[in-house]
Amino acid sequence: MKVAYWPGCVSRGFTPELHGSMAKVAPLLDIELVELDRACCTGAGVIAEHNQELADTLNARTFALAQQVDGAAMMMNICSTCQGAQSECQERLDANAEYREHVNSTLAGEGLTYEKGLTNKNFLWLLVEEIGLENLRSRVKRPLTNLKVGPFYGCYIVRPRNRLGIDEEHPRDHYLDQVIEALGGTVIEYAGMRKCCGFPIITMNKEASLKQAGRHLGDAADADADCLVTPCPLCHLNLDLQQPLAEQVVSRELHMPVLHLPQLVGLALGLDPKDLGMSRHVVKPTSVIDWSTSVVAAAA
Amino acid sequence: MAEVHDRPPEQFTLKMRRYDPESGEAPYWDQHTIELEPHRSVLEAILQARDRFDGSIGIRCSCRQAICGSCGIRVNGEPALACHTHLDAAKLGAKDGVIEIEPMGNMPVIKDLIVDMDAVHWKKIRRVTPWLLAKQPVPEREYIVPKESMVDVTQTMACIQCGACVSDCLAMEVDPGFIGPAALAKAYRFVGDPRDDQQFDRLNDLAQDPQGIFDCTHCFKCVEACPKDVNPMGQIMRLRRIATGDHHIVDKNNGERHEQAFTGLIRDNGILWEAELIPRSYGGASWFGKFAPAAGKELLNSLPTAFRGLRHRKMTISKILKPHKIPSADLKNVQAIYDKIESRPERYELNLYIVGEDEAPASSPEGEPVAASPEGSNS
Repeated sequence: MKVAYWPGCVSRGFTPELHGSMAKVAPLLDIELVELDRACCTGAGVIAEHNQELADTLNARTFALAQQVDGAAMMMNICSTCQGAQSECQERLDANAEYREHVNSTLAGEGLTYEKGLTNKNFLWLLVEEIGLENLRSRVKRPLTNLKVGPFYGCYIVRPRNRLGIDEEHPRDHYLDQVIEALGGTVIEYAGMRKCCGFPIITMNKEASLKQAGRHLGDAADADADCLVTPCPLCHLNLDLQQPLAEQVVSRELHMPVLHLPQLVGLALGLDPKDLGMSRHVVKPTSVIDWSTSVVAAAA
Repeated sequence: MAEVHDRPPEQFTLKMRRYDPESGEAPYWDQHTIELEPHRSVLEAILQARDRFDGSIGIRCSCRQAICGSCGIRVNGEPALACHTHLDAAKLGAKDGVIEIEPMGNMPVIKDLIVDMDAVHWKKIRRVTPWLLAKQPVPEREYIVPKESMVDVTQTMACIQCGACVSDCLAMEVDPGFIGPAALAKAYRFVGDPRDDQQFDRLNDLAQDPQGIFDCTHCFKCVEACPKDVNPMGQIMRLRRIATGDHHIVDKNNGERHEQAFTGLIRDNGILWEAELIPRSYGGASWFGKFAPAAGKELLNSLPTAFRGLRHRKMTISKILKPHKIPSADLKNVQAIYDKIESRPERYELNLYIVGEDEAPASSPEGEPVAASPEGSNS
């Protein structure tokens, strides 16, 4: 399956292991990634907060570039925040022809036009809806048996439900659970799994931000999770990079590794933790590496 | 509809969180099985349990038709109006078929399902001066205002003060002093009202307050919680937009600087340069921002985090010193978009609450080709 691939900013910035692991996992799932390297940031909600038309136009430009990718089945992203920000803009663009024309008139200088009806899916949605859980299960080389994984969805990929197309038929707010199970892991439920990581207010109210991260990590630790997995690199920044500071705010040790979704998938598809960039985490995923070593040793 | 209402009564089991702070006892779970037609409400089920099994169950209610906002509770962990939640729907969302009933969150429990709205919700509403501070002189007859501006504020006027959004606010969960979604939506009701005379003062007050408009974590919980489509988070974003865009209010919480820093970095590079975002958010939206005292202090505080990032190769010196940019021809096009839009005398905004959708949404989770089919044929 060929997709117009939007990696986002942070996966090429402070979480390079996300972009890297996606590139390694894609061929194992027969996904051909055509990177939209000409596109700009989605604005992560901040540009929309500054000027809605600007955010809508910048994203319409990205959508138009995606629509130019020959033979692509859809657009795919690996960042929940990108998904949320893009979905918000697309909702307005698709809802009103006059507005779409207005936005397209700005893109006309570059010879681009966004045509209503783009399908844009986060890798998580694509895994479940396009590749399918059975197909995914059949590709597993190293089931995540006995690995207790806490899903961390974040906000942008689960709310608002209507905009994100979440309904009974498409329970996208449960897909991480389903993927963990399909990979052979054990799903750990905990209070913070669909709450905010705190990242959006890290520069405005650092203590509240870190308290959010610390509480969720602590809840997951109390529920006996070996690690968390998230489809959002911004959540990863607050949960992993900032974890030592979050520990101070909630006054407890956490030691909770946080994996990116493609890393968890890659692990089950037989890739080595190091090749998936797990050495690039601030909280070393010791539990995951130990698990992986023991599985490999048992197989030998 | 007749068919729905003809469905015979069924048994529903309610698991209810009970708590009487005056008793000195800890909260506990109580379970009752009631019998009602599936289309009847959770409120009716609670009232039946109270009538038949335990007269001491505490629940506040009045109109029973989703107007008065009295019966806000949590059903299966989610905020809801008890009178507006059908039993069959509640059962569908329940674990093991048992409907879980709890009082709302973020507010102290008075008894069982009754929370202290005065201590939290109403106190916050009062905080935002929830009345019109009219422009003077007051006209002899009615004010004449554009129709759209009143339709616009109607969205926040639809609030029935049920507290569902307050109950679920994730910022308030860690920072109880946050003014919160209901009160800030109420603030927009007057900020957006062309008859009000205090737009700047209202916004300046809410922007400078450390627990004001920039304390919202953008989690969409209130958007989901609201039974009346008030979209509190959307209103908070509009308050921010007017505060920074129209009034150029520079707040002491880094809200405006963060927005300017982020927007400016995308303009300069096409994609985000994380290493510059923090210093500019604290010190000001330019390369020199990092030399401001506030930025220096934060950079010093962030040094251990930066070292950890460098040690684990999350960050590299070159990424810190030099931004990743999109190709220069594309960057020029992005900047041209910025120039065109930011030079407009007024921001152009599409408010779907006012104009509605003129077409059915085209994107579906089913997965359609990227290339859209001709207008109107792919809905």
